Amino acid sequence: MQAAAENVFKALADPTRRAIFEHLSRDGEQTVHALTDRAGVSQPAVSKHLGVLKNAKLVRDRRAGRETHYRAHPKALAPLIDWMSVYGAFWRDRFDRLESLLKRMDQ
Amino acid sequence: MTNTAPTRSLIIERDIPHPPEKIWRALTQGPLIEEWLMKNDFEPVVGHRFNFRSTPVPGWNGVIDSEVLVIEPHARLAYSWGTMGMVSVVTWTLTPTKDGTRVRMEQTGFPAEESASYKGATYGWTKFIGNMERVVGGLN
Repeated sequence: MQAAAENVFKALADPTRRAIFEHLSRDGEQTVHALTDRAGVSQPAVSKHLGVLKNAKLVRDRRAGRETHYRAHPKALAPLIDWMSVYGAFWRDRFDRLESLLKRMDQ
Repeated sequence: MTNTAPTRSLIIERDIPHPPEKIWRALTQGPLIEEWLMKNDFEPVVGHRFNFRSTPVPGWNGVIDSEVLVIEPHARLAYSWGTMGMVSVVTWTLTPTKDGTRVRMEQTGFPAEESASYKGATYGWTKFIGNMERVVGGLN
């Protein structure tokens, strides 16, 4: 898989980050403070999670005064919901297993 | 089929140094299918409904709903492949070659990128994406 997809995978593998992303997807733009109130972890922890999400391009931020606002950028999910690449990898792996089974059937 | 939504296909072809009859067994005998694909209750009978079963993960029950569509012994096999709200068709074609068999797998019915179902509700996708490695299965 390409690097972009891997970053998205890693970013969403963590349940807290997944919850933050889902929250932003559902409810729209939020400040770090509002997200912290919902996340059940400290603000530095939320900021760190947001950094990972931002790095994976899953969220975008905007500064307004002393607050940073975050919003979901769901297009970043595209590499993962590209069924062609998902199933391409799946079937290539299964072809390998099929060939290995056929070799064993020889014995 | 009356499906008018734009769709795309995935095709994988490989030359395998084994005769079609033997590959057919691996594609159509339940215990052998399980060894390379998934647990199943497949029967080589057109119209037979069955499931492939993988390990369930949060957001995905690990079940693929299928029906046998084509059985042409040693030559062609097709079944539907329904999971996560999307139904596609998997068709296997075996062509004898000098050294064995050309095996062609075609999976058709993926929603095209511009179609509404592809864009879908983002929220729904995220539910299983964290565990999608399971779907992709043994990538590395």
